[in-house]
Amino acid sequence: IIWLIRFILIQNRAGKTRLAKWYMQFDDDEKQKLIEEVHAVVTVRDAKHTNFVEFRNFKIIYRRYAGLYFCICVDVTDNNLAYLEGIHNFVEVLNEYFHNVCELDLVFNFYKVYTVVDEMFLAGEIRETSQTKVLKQLLMLQSLE
Amino acid sequence: MPAVSKGDGMRGLAVFISDIRNCKSKEAEIKRINKELANIRSKFKGDKALDGYSKKKYVCKLLFIFLLGHDIDFGHMEAVNLLSSNKYTEKQIGYLFISVLVNSNSELIRLINNAIKNDLSSRNPTFMCLALHCIANVGSREMAEAFASEIPRILVAGDTMDSVKQSAALCLLRLYKTSPDLVLMGEWTSRVVHLLNDQHMGVVTAAISLITCLSQKNPDEFKTCVSLAVSRLSRIVSSASTDLQDYTYYFVPAPWLSCKLLRLLQCYPPPEDGAVKGRLVECLETILNKAQEPPKSKKVQHSNAKNAILFEAISLIIHYDSEPNLLVRACNQLGQFLQHRETNLRYLALESMCTLASSEFSHEAVKTHIETVINALKTERDVSVRQRAADLLYAMCDRSNAKQIVAEMLSYLETADYSIREEMVLKVAILAEKYAVDYSWYVDTILNLIRIAGDYVSEEVWYRVIQIVINRDDVQGYAAKTVFEALQAPACHENMVKVGGYILGEFGNLIAGDPRSSPLVQFNLLHSKFHLCSVPTRALLLSAYIKFINLFPETKATIQEVLRCDSQIRNSDVELQQRAVEYLKLSSIASTDVLATVLEEMPPFPERESSILAKLKKKKGPGAVSVTELEDNKREGGELNGGGDRGPDTAAMAASNASTPSPSADLLGIRSAAPVGAPPASTGSLLVDVFSEAGPAAPSAAVNDDGFLRDLEQPTETSDSLLVEGSGDSDSAPPSEDPAPPLSEADELLNKFVCKNNGVLFENQLLQIGIKSEYRQNLGRMYLFYGNKTSVQFASFTTTVSCPGDLQSQLNVQTKPVEPLVEGGAQIQQVLNIECLTDFSDAPLLNIKFRYGGALQNLTLKLPVTINKFFQPTEMSSHDFFQRWKQLSQPQQEAQKIFKANHSMDTEVLKAKLLGLGTALLDNVDPNPENYVCAGVIQTKSQQVGCLLRLEPNAQAQMYRLTLRCSKDSVSRRLCELLAQQF
Repeated sequence: IIWLIRFILIQNRAGKTRLAKWYMQFDDDEKQKLIEEVHAVVTVRDAKHTNFVEFRNFKIIYRRYAGLYFCICVDVTDNNLAYLEGIHNFVEVLNEYFHNVCELDLVFNFYKVYTVVDEMFLAGEIRETSQTKVLKQLLMLQSLE
Repeated sequence: MPAVSKGDGMRGLAVFISDIRNCKSKEAEIKRINKELANIRSKFKGDKALDGYSKKKYVCKLLFIFLLGHDIDFGHMEAVNLLSSNKYTEKQIGYLFISVLVNSNSELIRLINNAIKNDLSSRNPTFMCLALHCIANVGSREMAEAFASEIPRILVAGDTMDSVKQSAALCLLRLYKTSPDLVLMGEWTSRVVHLLNDQHMGVVTAAISLITCLSQKNPDEFKTCVSLAVSRLSRIVSSASTDLQDYTYYFVPAPWLSCKLLRLLQCYPPPEDGAVKGRLVECLETILNKAQEPPKSKKVQHSNAKNAILFEAISLIIHYDSEPNLLVRACNQLGQFLQHRETNLRYLALESMCTLASSEFSHEAVKTHIETVINALKTERDVSVRQRAADLLYAMCDRSNAKQIVAEMLSYLETADYSIREEMVLKVAILAEKYAVDYSWYVDTILNLIRIAGDYVSEEVWYRVIQIVINRDDVQGYAAKTVFEALQAPACHENMVKVGGYILGEFGNLIAGDPRSSPLVQFNLLHSKFHLCSVPTRALLLSAYIKFINLFPETKATIQEVLRCDSQIRNSDVELQQRAVEYLKLSSIASTDVLATVLEEMPPFPERESSILAKLKKKKGPGAVSVTELEDNKREGGELNGGGDRGPDTAAMAASNASTPSPSADLLGIRSAAPVGAPPASTGSLLVDVFSEAGPAAPSAAVNDDGFLRDLEQPTETSDSLLVEGSGDSDSAPPSEDPAPPLSEADELLNKFVCKNNGVLFENQLLQIGIKSEYRQNLGRMYLFYGNKTSVQFASFTTTVSCPGDLQSQLNVQTKPVEPLVEGGAQIQQVLNIECLTDFSDAPLLNIKFRYGGALQNLTLKLPVTINKFFQPTEMSSHDFFQRWKQLSQPQQEAQKIFKANHSMDTEVLKAKLLGLGTALLDNVDPNPENYVCAGVIQTKSQQVGCLLRLEPNAQAQMYRLTLRCSKDSVSRRLCELLAQQF
């Protein structure tokens, strides 16, 4: 059993990457290829499709929020629904933190998004799931100089 | 509370980002970026020391530029400087830059590590977390070396803050994954396991990932985690939906933690302690019960979270495969999901049921859902759901429903997505064969398969139908009749022509009594397809024609005429031309008796593994669990390791390990070993697979083969004169009498033979050296075959075997001189007798000298005599193995190497190599089923050396860790060196 997220991607419909977090070593060309492939695989699917799609030897669990696709790449044996809700939990935190998050928040505050990710996912694993705890920590960090 | 505003805190950054966003073209963007880069460069180079804020801003801008996809080649030093700031925001940007941009950059890593060290010892939880996150994100070996021993201390220290513990646990996990040899839990083990009891659920959530990973590698040391996990799970499952406050997600208590706990339990067999087990079963029942309760919320988040736990619980139930009651309940629950309106649930239910189908307890229960699954195959909109439905049908198939399932799959094939057709074809072919009671059904099915999806029918499939028809005389007449009918269609797939040609050539006589399929009608029908076919098919048809001449003398004149026409006998394709000429000649000069002998009906094929199944396994690739292979071997390898059966490799392994043949598998022969001494299928000829393995037991077949294959199998002899110049430099060099130094590739050549005894050792344009060798105890015999590849004689051919240095006293090699003349195209043989006196590391040298034309050739090779050749395999139980392993615990007795995989990591390949090594490959010994352990004794004249080997592949990192423990340390080292080249 490998419980391990390979990468997390946030992309918009046009394929612009809003966050790429890698938990495995890939070289830059490989990363670019993965980003393009994920976009191609995910954007062709419609609402009637599942939120899971086989991808190379892994699978992508994804969910679309407005124009943004949140994608998590995991091992094929991993728990689909746990990650699907993991995404939602993350989005709710972003929404609270940025007060009605929109794509632009992720652009202008990209360096803060990384902090949010690290609070919730670390080393390819789920680190913290409590929204209250994560937000409390984020606000504490926000108050620091 | 105030929302974070755009670019909050760094106005310059926000302005820059806005500028970039406003760029109308890529060129404009690049221009703007270059301007900014120039600005930042000048600031960094300027005399004025930048304040922390500016440094942070510029580093952040560089990061943004990098994330846009541009290269950044400066600023690293400034980022490192930020690490030592005592302001959080500056430190954070510094760490972020390093996590994203620095990949073990050797220059900076010392400075970075220094800053991390300071932060780790700062006792400031915020700084500690930043440092830990940086380690977890970069995870380089240098960091592991620096911090792997420090982090466990932070993790278990009483005064460490909860959030730091969370980060430390996962940080350690990351280091363990990249450098397992550096992370030694040892004394911390028990305290780490007890983190499962921690009051803070976040700490448990993080720590459990670490514990799970460590448990997989060292299940025994961590087995106390089972009872702790059960009691934690029990507390969560029985808590009310609001008890856990922060950790309740849409009325579901701690869904992620529950999943992780259930996952951890899948690393172990069912708890032995009755009380623990009882409590766990209770939890699982509660989870199943909750699935039936009315939802506490209509939100999809609620049901998803609840079902995430449910599916994980079902995985555990399947993993245990010992509670019939739970298995059947799980199956019923999944059955409900099959008709759920959520596509996700239907998909997951199909997927999960696939594994349930392989349990004897739930197989029947799964089968009751056949209609729903067939319906899913027909109506689902998402191809991946249809794919899962097809997988499930395949998994639930048995004798009772095979006809229905195969029929449904065939009809689905007509409209199936291109992406899954090939796999579907293989599955249909396998099921049809596996569950054929009457073979006319099998033949019909395969012919239908060719008709419907001919393009996707691989060679394996049509070879197989021919093998089966040849081997079963009760179906031959039917097969002939059916292919004859199938060939009536104006447009047939070429694969149909192949099968038709072959079968009619063998068994056309069985339907020749009917005037509608008289010999001439049959021939004309086949020949009407001839011109549209590719060369290999035409070649096959020509063979069918000559068989017709034998079966039906009345067709002789017609067929001879066809063979004689220019388009055959002068065909530009050599193969076709040769066949036409040979067959024509054969039919004219051979007597009827001779013809009848030469063209006799094909003898039965030896029973052997279906090549189709092998192909399907290969196609499924890692990840996809193909269940039927597991069906009869369930749990054979799974008991110890827990959870291992989720992986495809173990599935394949289990299938090939099983020694008891199961009745249902007879036909496929998957469980019967490949025939001993079966010749390796030669490549290059289409006909080989069907024709060649008739083997030596069937001389008439051998004769048959000759005409077909001769020119493909014999080495071509036309390659003589062109290559002479290749050795030009030895012309000018004075003929030296000293043996040449070993070739630069001598070691490489040697390495090729570590795991095998026979093959071609060396080949250049003049000479080929083949080797066959056998070893027993401390003795060996090696046959060397020197082949002259040219048409010119080799003169003064001499070979010398020598044992340099110490080897002289370690190895005794005896041989006789060879004949000094080797004619062009000829091969001579030399026998070496080898005795191993004591263990050795070097290889004996073989020097070869001869004159070719005027030039002296002089070359030296290493003979592939390696210490492992003197292995005697030793079988032992897991207990014995680990006992001996522990006995060999002196540091110098162990040799270890961690190295990148250079070759395929495929299970079967690895096993073949390990067996070739000469040791016994031990099953069910290593708790981790991915690992390989071997044992053997090296026999030398003076002593015996016991050796234990452990090979731990890490497919994800494409790495291996190889450990050897031998009773003699020089042997450990040498074996380790040799073997590290093999994988």
